[in-house]
Amino acid sequence: MDSVSLKDAGPIVADMAAVIVEHAAYLSEIDGAIGDGDHGINMSKGFRRAGERLGPHPPDLAQGFATLGETLLDEIGGSTGPLYGSFFLDMAASLKGRDAIDRDSFGAMLHAGVAAVIDLGGAKTGDKTLVDVLAPAVATYDEAAAKGEPFHTCLEALDRASEAGLEATRDMVARIGRASRLGERSRGHLDAGAASCRMLLGALSRGLRRHL
Amino acid sequence: MNRVVNNPEEVVEDAVTGLLAAHPDLLAATDNPRVIRAVGAPKSGKVGIVTGGGSGHEPAFVGYVGPGLIDAVALGEVFASPSARSFHHAFKAADGGHGVACLYGNYAGDNMNVKMAVKLAEREGLVVKTVVANDDVASAPAEEASKRRGVAGEILTWKVGAARADERADLDAVIVSAQKAIDATRSIGIGLSACTIPAAGKPNFTIKEGHMEVGIGHHGEPGVAVVPTRSARDMAALMMDAILADLPFAGEDVAVLVSGLGATPLMELYILYGHVAEILAAHHIAPRHRFVGNYFTSLDMMGVSVTLMRLDAELDRLISAPARSIGLTIGGKS
Repeated sequence: MDSVSLKDAGPIVADMAAVIVEHAAYLSEIDGAIGDGDHGINMSKGFRRAGERLGPHPPDLAQGFATLGETLLDEIGGSTGPLYGSFFLDMAASLKGRDAIDRDSFGAMLHAGVAAVIDLGGAKTGDKTLVDVLAPAVATYDEAAAKGEPFHTCLEALDRASEAGLEATRDMVARIGRASRLGERSRGHLDAGAASCRMLLGALSRGLRRHL
Repeated sequence: MNRVVNNPEEVVEDAVTGLLAAHPDLLAATDNPRVIRAVGAPKSGKVGIVTGGGSGHEPAFVGYVGPGLIDAVALGEVFASPSARSFHHAFKAADGGHGVACLYGNYAGDNMNVKMAVKLAEREGLVVKTVVANDDVASAPAEEASKRRGVAGEILTWKVGAARADERADLDAVIVSAQKAIDATRSIGIGLSACTIPAAGKPNFTIKEGHMEVGIGHHGEPGVAVVPTRSARDMAALMMDAILADLPFAGEDVAVLVSGLGATPLMELYILYGHVAEILAAHHIAPRHRFVGNYFTSLDMMGVSVTLMRLDAELDRLISAPARSIGLTIGGKS
């Protein structure tokens, strides 16, 4: 079975932080269309701080996710901080005792993270939130894994599904969060949380595939 | 945007600096720049009282820190919940060894951050129990009361919970009294203009000129109706109808609180209160405590909210207990 050592995968956390910081203005712009316009500012603040805490010698993937989750809980309030904070903390917890990640343990990790987000936030698919990226991504990943596809192929499927999930939020009407005030007028715009989530999953998938 | 700010992204930091400089007798800094405690807190032998929420609602939340009221408060960005860690640090700053009551408002972000913070505190052996304010009758129908938002009724809940803690009641008893307080409280707001988050620079919603939004939330959440602006008398009638239909108040003693939303002149709040008083009298409702002013605002939103709390002997006693803070002072010194 293909696998990546958690130590080799460690620097991916810094890549994930970097992609958010790099696209802060874009995320705020999306959010500004139907929300407060502060998603990019808040996310980049937390992820930049996480990058600083990780330092120049990144810990392994599990410790990296734990540090990232802790930092988001410390630094970002609103809904973003606790949602992403528990996403990363619960993924870190699912890796406990391992020193490598393979197709099945990645699937289990993703399920743990998604369950944390849904448990805390209560969003359902179709509400126009990050769950609309997470749910199809994890479902597609599961499907590929059930067919016996290799880790690399499953990660590609996850990447594509998260992109499609993000695009699908454009046509949704927000039912939760501040954008729900706009009702029908929220249609035609991407959801900012879904956009940041897609960036994170993309960076994670790409980073792991580089080692496979 | 024509405002008294420096960097619009650092309004909370700058406001905290000013608050601490202006009120050294009431407020003290902590290691977390987003957590402020009362001078003299934590008090040993007493349940700690904590609240927290987004900034931009001043004097809420920090303005209710002081003797007889809040022991420690967590401050968020403008209109955004404080982080879980800030709530956690506020719990620790308020803990006098008898547990902490966190009395806060029903918003998605606050619910999540408080939930995480309670878990963090539990791991350290600190017991935190919560009461979630949901007094806004316009935000959901009565059968979905758990979805209602918390608004100015939170202030009366803090007052009750804090006074009970000062009586050296244990944590469970403080929670019972605070829950009773919010269960006996109903509020509704009317918005006349939108507000601008400094970092955004422009309003993220609008109210049509010459119109008012009945039941608007503290962050511009949608109300129940947008109608042409009516007289103060009719506004009072509309708001009181909604409140009195939700909970039987007739013949009872009440505390009544009229709050401006930030940009409405005090004179107009008193005009409205005059009509509220007439309506109370017509229903044989006796206002034992009256509060009129800018108690819970929404930046520069124009508008007003009305809150009624039905009093029994216990709630009356707890509202009457001495307290001192920026936003609310009752009785002599405490």
